[in-house]
Amino acid sequence: MIESSIVAIEYKNVYKKFEGANYNAVSDVNLSIYEGEFITILGSSGSGKTTLLKMTNRLYDPDAGDIILFGENIRDVDAVLVRRRIGYAIQQVGLLPHMTIAQNIAIVPKLLKWDKERIDNRVRELLTLVGLDSDEFLKRYPHQLSGGQQQRVGLARALAVDPKIMLLDEPFGAIDAINRLHLQDELKRLHSGLKKTFLFVTHDINEALKLGTRVIIMNEGQVCQFDTPKNIIKNPADGFVKALINSHREQEKLWEGLI
Amino acid sequence: MELIQFAQRNYSILLRALSEHVQMVLIALILSVALAGMLTILAMFFKPIGKFLIYLSSIIYSIPSIALFALMIPLPGLGLGRATAITVLVLYNQFILLRNFITGLNGVDHAIIEAAAGMGMKPTQIILKVRVPLSIKSIFVGIRLALISTIAIAIIASFIGAGGIGLLVTIGLETNNNNRIIWGVILSVGLGIVANAILVFIEKRIKR
Repeated sequence: MIESSIVAIEYKNVYKKFEGANYNAVSDVNLSIYEGEFITILGSSGSGKTTLLKMTNRLYDPDAGDIILFGENIRDVDAVLVRRRIGYAIQQVGLLPHMTIAQNIAIVPKLLKWDKERIDNRVRELLTLVGLDSDEFLKRYPHQLSGGQQQRVGLARALAVDPKIMLLDEPFGAIDAINRLHLQDELKRLHSGLKKTFLFVTHDINEALKLGTRVIIMNEGQVCQFDTPKNIIKNPADGFVKALINSHREQEKLWEGLI
Repeated sequence: MELIQFAQRNYSILLRALSEHVQMVLIALILSVALAGMLTILAMFFKPIGKFLIYLSSIIYSIPSIALFALMIPLPGLGLGRATAITVLVLYNQFILLRNFITGLNGVDHAIIEAAAGMGMKPTQIILKVRVPLSIKSIFVGIRLALISTIAIAIIASFIGAGGIGLLVTIGLETNNNNRIIWGVILSVGLGIVANAILVFIEKRIKR
């Protein structure tokens, strides 16, 4: 499953505690993620999964520990520069409502001062890549798109400057079940063609196991298990992971009972 | 009839009063928006400053205008006349403008701000390219309110020799000339209505 021996993201003894909280949001996380992996981070709300993700592009800074991207400690790099190198996609609210689809996708290329022709070409290329007709969508505004279409635009925007690392924070959280399955399949297809490292946060165990080449399971700020989906099902590391898998099995029983 | 005859005889006085008033209001408004804009950007970087500025400007706003005009006269460089009037108008406007600007800019959905930051926009870029366009409505409401209030308060400024429509009213009062007073009111109200209409029009154009 591991596609390369180059370490893309490394977390070393990472801690994060929010002001006023009396527990660690993220506690002693140590992980190595290789280039080209599709990592899903699974946990319930408050598990620290989003905090871990947001520390990766310095939206938050850890209280202790180091985060190293391709050998470079991001503590030593200007936060703005770190973010421009990383693709970042969140639920559809992340599209800027006052900008057209084309302008939204062009944000980071513009920040990096690409010339207009290069930006225009890239925007069209990206829309095609995420399965949207560019002539139809370029000049529309986010509110004129369905949730699924907005999410595709969000992905296109995150991919705009061809970042090596993509952070995806529950990007399909607000999408209906059918469209969600489509988007998951397409994201998998995108990943396999791109040789990028994906870090994908979700609270949906199906999504985590379906998309991840390896899955990080988090609870109360700590990593319970980091392994391939198969190994997680075969050998759950602790009671929490067991409970998580069992809860899903319970749901399956419900289905079997109904059929 | 009498009113119209008065206007025909004195149209140059009325026109002059109106043009003085428009000038005073426009200069005061431009300076007010510029000052409030700068203070708002400052407040975006240092949150407590925003609260303090709104508080301070609310105190100034609660001083009766005629008293504030009088208080300003002894200050160096001001004295009687238009400079003092404009200073006071700019001070009054800060409360209206800052409140609308700062609450507008702070009211932008936090998730949108974080998305912009996550893409690598710098703090100033987030203010100018995200916060300002998304709070344009609140910004315009502030400017409109400030404009209307400036037109009204500038009437009082005639007491300190700033001229304008207020002069029609004060001289009308002193000489017991009702026509002057009524024309003062008509011009003031008319100016308010026209100015409001122009801003509403601009606002609609900007919002597409």
